[in-house]
Amino acid sequence: MGVVHGDLMTLNIGPQHPSTHGVLRLKVKTDGEIVSEVEPYIGYLHRCFEKHCENVTYDQVIPYTDRCDYIASMNNNFGYAVAVEELMKIKVPERVEYIRVIVAELNRIASHLLALGTYGLDVGAFTPFLYMFRDRERILDIFEALCGARLLYNYIWVGGVSHDFPNEFVETVYSFLDYFEPKIKEYNELLTYNKIFIERTADVGVMPPEVAISYGVSGPNLRGSGVKWDIRKNETYSIYEKFDFDIPVGSGIMGTVGDCWDRYYVRMQEMVQSAKIVRQALKTIPAGNVHQALPKKIRPPKGFIYKRTESPRGDLAYYIVSDGSPIPFRLKMRSPAFTALSVLGEISQGWMMSDVIAILGSLDIVLGEIDR
Amino acid sequence: MTVDNLINWFPFGAEWPVITFVTAVLICAIPVFLFIAVYALVAIYGELKISSFMQDKVGPMGQGVGLHAGKWGLLQPVADALKLILKEDIIPESADKKLFILAPFVVFVGAFITFAALPFSQEIIVADMNIGVFYILAVSSLGVIGIILAGWSSNNKWSLYGAMRSAAQIISYEIPAGLSIIPIVMLTGTLSMQGIIVSQQGIIWGFLPNWIIFNNPFTFIAFFIFFISGVAECNRTPFDIPEAESELVAGAFTEYSGMRYAFFFLSEYANMFVVSGVAVAAFLGGWNSPIPGFMDSPSWGLFWFIGKSMSLIFLMIWFRWTFPRLRVDQLMSVCWKVLLPISFVNIFGVGIWNLLVG
Repeated sequence: MGVVHGDLMTLNIGPQHPSTHGVLRLKVKTDGEIVSEVEPYIGYLHRCFEKHCENVTYDQVIPYTDRCDYIASMNNNFGYAVAVEELMKIKVPERVEYIRVIVAELNRIASHLLALGTYGLDVGAFTPFLYMFRDRERILDIFEALCGARLLYNYIWVGGVSHDFPNEFVETVYSFLDYFEPKIKEYNELLTYNKIFIERTADVGVMPPEVAISYGVSGPNLRGSGVKWDIRKNETYSIYEKFDFDIPVGSGIMGTVGDCWDRYYVRMQEMVQSAKIVRQALKTIPAGNVHQALPKKIRPPKGFIYKRTESPRGDLAYYIVSDGSPIPFRLKMRSPAFTALSVLGEISQGWMMSDVIAILGSLDIVLGEIDR
Repeated sequence: MTVDNLINWFPFGAEWPVITFVTAVLICAIPVFLFIAVYALVAIYGELKISSFMQDKVGPMGQGVGLHAGKWGLLQPVADALKLILKEDIIPESADKKLFILAPFVVFVGAFITFAALPFSQEIIVADMNIGVFYILAVSSLGVIGIILAGWSSNNKWSLYGAMRSAAQIISYEIPAGLSIIPIVMLTGTLSMQGIIVSQQGIIWGFLPNWIIFNNPFTFIAFFIFFISGVAECNRTPFDIPEAESELVAGAFTEYSGMRYAFFFLSEYANMFVVSGVAVAAFLGGWNSPIPGFMDSPSWGLFWFIGKSMSLIFLMIWFRWTFPRLRVDQLMSVCWKVLLPISFVNIFGVGIWNLLVG
């Protein structure tokens, strides 16, 4: 009440808001429904991950990596373990590599299910969200049988994994895949090809490949813009070169290349590819001891390593500096969600309020990883 | 049973006309209010259960010892209502207190007074006005004033957003709704709800009931335009942008809690019944039986009217748990660029059809 202003209204979305996917605050300048400026404010979930790591031994870092991207803990463990092993020049047994790829790809499916489900929620479709959570739950059950935890696994260790497969694990995973692969068709019918969903996401929040690359965006967001870039193929690590899988890229079927629908659909296709990798790995997994390469004390030689891996959100890299002691001298994590969030302001200018929510959802950010 | 009947029935009607009128209106209002309350409980339970079955879960179930929601969770809506009544009623410090308190009642009154012209059966209608259709279209959009009041008085940006969206939406969709009713009036030649229903008795095309939806292709389309506009006027998915929870938290109702929020909730469900009821009366034969001559007595009329309305409400619930939400500008373009031109064509079409065939 009072004087009528003709200028822009500042609107704070979050930190408590239903669709900021965590504790994110967006400072939005709006002219009615039209958004002219979006500025993300982060740090509400900062837990000093990197500083913590400078005070604990190398194996004690793993539970902290769990808590960064808590949607895809396996992939975080994986990236860290691969980096430290390369620094120490450890060769892990073949069976361990297979187990790691299987759990990492299952976790990728779980992560994408959550991303796509909550994306449906962001544009107002409630039922696909519950369908995807129902199926994600089965992956969590598999992980629970594997290592006892449902969210923060602490499973992939430097030089091995914490437990070998339990009895009948391979059959359980097979039955999950048999159940899961037809479900993708159901999701597509219910949400992907829904007319309203296409209206809401196609041509919205277009991220041209140049913009994506200049901001350092990676993972499904980059591939949604039509850039064929996947660390699993381009800078292959572990045993990914043994498997046959495609890299889906956005092609603008419903609108422009790099719109929200493309980013959504790339994730949908990646789940199919991940299931394909898991099937191949289950078929050829060798026998062996998973603990034989576990080092008694992790004391990497003096030096540094920058190792990147493909997490469900993109290039997840660890930069580790070792001074020869059992404690990392410096540990830096390159967060793919952080770069994805930084491009939000660029691609959501001029869209409407509802679109900002849709664009934010399509970037699939996890605040635990952004704030660390 | 109408207000007029009651007034005539009172022996002292001529001596104290005002008292007689007020008494008669109150006698009619109480059952209507009770009906809305009971229907809302049923609809909320239906919404919970139907959504659960669609989403592969069981919904409220009464299992275990101690306080629970009864067999199959039948008491869940009662528990919900009790919770809303017992909750603390919060009025924000910076709110415009008088308007904030007034708003839920305005919204509810808008939904409530529409029931006065709904023909529940051959005999049960509060007031069979000769301008019944006109009355319903006029008063059913009163609720938007309440929503604007709520959004403005809350002094919250989300509420204001929700209120402005709601105002634009409801006012826009009034027009196609009104225009798709005009063919009915042209065909039946009356604005009275009972008159429209009476004209839908019998059989058409040899086997179909003589409902207006089957009368000709244009009225068939008009039904869908009316129903889509109706869903939009109820702020139901896919047109729930005024309270889009993933964007606007709860839209105009963000600051409301407890019983005041319950009134908004009740009005939403009451509006759903009004829209379905008008659609049934105008297009689907009202209280007429789908098979003429079968179960066609006045008491069965009540069953048919409520049954048909409930099927349309089921359709709305089905929409809600299937569709995503439209964006505000898409919502407007659907209304002004699609529904409105089609309804104009419809009016001409019905006129020509009536001239040539009818």
